[in-house]
Amino acid sequence: MIELIEFIGSVSRFGFRVIVDSLRRPFEGAQIMRQVAEVGYRSLPLVIASGFALGTVMTLHTRNTLVTFGASSMIPTVQALAFFLEIGPLVAGLLLAGRVGSGIGAVLANMRATEQIDGIESLSIDSFKFLVVPRVAACVVALPLLTLFMDFSGLLGGFLSEFFSSHIAFHLYISRAFSNMSWSNFIAPTLKTAVFGFIIGVVSSFFGYTTNEGAQGVGKAATRSVVFSSLLIILADVILIKLIFFAFPENAL
Amino acid sequence: MTSETSEIRPAVVFDNVSKAFGSKQILRDISFAVPAGRALCILGRSGTGKSVTLKLLMSLIKPDHGKIWVEGDEITRLNEAGLSKVRRKMGFLFQDAALFDSLTLYENLALPLHRLTTKSQDEIDATIDNVLSQVGLAGDKQKMPVSLSGGMRKRAGLARALVLEPRILLADEPSSGLDRITAAEIDELLIRQKTQHQTTVMVVTHDVHGARSVGDLFAVFDKGSLAAFGAAAEVEQSENETARRLISEY
Repeated sequence: MIELIEFIGSVSRFGFRVIVDSLRRPFEGAQIMRQVAEVGYRSLPLVIASGFALGTVMTLHTRNTLVTFGASSMIPTVQALAFFLEIGPLVAGLLLAGRVGSGIGAVLANMRATEQIDGIESLSIDSFKFLVVPRVAACVVALPLLTLFMDFSGLLGGFLSEFFSSHIAFHLYISRAFSNMSWSNFIAPTLKTAVFGFIIGVVSSFFGYTTNEGAQGVGKAATRSVVFSSLLIILADVILIKLIFFAFPENAL
Repeated sequence: MTSETSEIRPAVVFDNVSKAFGSKQILRDISFAVPAGRALCILGRSGTGKSVTLKLLMSLIKPDHGKIWVEGDEITRLNEAGLSKVRRKMGFLFQDAALFDSLTLYENLALPLHRLTTKSQDEIDATIDNVLSQVGLAGDKQKMPVSLSGGMRKRAGLARALVLEPRILLADEPSSGLDRITAAEIDELLIRQKTQHQTTVMVVTHDVHGARSVGDLFAVFDKGSLAAFGAAAEVEQSENETARRLISEY
């Protein structure tokens, strides 16, 4: 129990240092752009393919039930609400925790094991600011954008699935999809993924940057980054949904 | 700090420095001084705290007790900003070079120049070309560290350590894993740096032959303590058997 409290304290202190250092000069713009490309651009194919597949499968599963109750016209609405409110943000977060979290953990742990972090410090460069802050910032910036790609590729997958079943027109599908959507359905859940990005960046950087187990620590850091990031994302999701319902009561359908 | 060392204004002073990792005592009350422009070679069996000594000097780790001075600054009392200024005076050649594997050799050298100097791009390019020619890697600047051989990596690490023109050069086992000829080339570079630029050099090594060609002074560590310190002839006459054996093993 004491170890758990110590761990929470250490990660919290690490996260707080990220926030403080991100407000301090130099702002590491080039490093942040490099990491945004790594975190965001290179995750795009995985996110789009996953969103498309999920959208297709979800429509296949829900169609029969909704048709049974005579609610086939609700298929696009259900698809859009499900993706924009929950599936898109959560799945994008979990995918990024797997792809990027493990990468950040492993890269930083490898840099620690091979003395590259000491090398940066020996050059009078703040290694935390140079290595950790840009990675966390990139996760915070990239995840909401990736979530949008996840949402719309899911919608596209759902449309194609529905098109092959009912030959629904694209403009009708889109019109029905957004008929019950408000901006708060869209903005709040998308922005909550910035918190998921912060969690992924901080947790995976923490395990990579603070490891002292040499080469053996690289694998451990990667695994722990994915496991703890995923768990914390799910936990944060529950809390953030409650907060969103509190701030936007109309979202509590 | 002894009165003798304060009179000659040494570049580096260790004063009763101790360091433990957990329950394992690595260094115990280490005291020595290195005069500016001289080369100290630190010898000793594995695990006796030689590399830890260099990392303490670079403030990559903190001592549990004792004080360390670098050119008159007591680094054990400095904050991060003060440490950054002191580190700026030093270059560190790590055991495995510690080059940033996501950057080319050129970028590895350009990084500190861009961040810590006001040099123009042309000046930076000229500095990098000059340093790379000194270490014999002029034609390899666009290579990634992974594509360099062991000897080339060491020389690249040395180039990065020298690119900011340090007044103190630290080298952690610069000849480990290298054949005798390549090791001699690295030693020659260290000697040239000392004689041509009056750089203070501190080398941790197991290669006694190389140490005797580079070093003016020798420190022999044994079980975390300083077993002998002085010129080669003094260490050869040391009362400590390990020190006598180590300095004679070439």
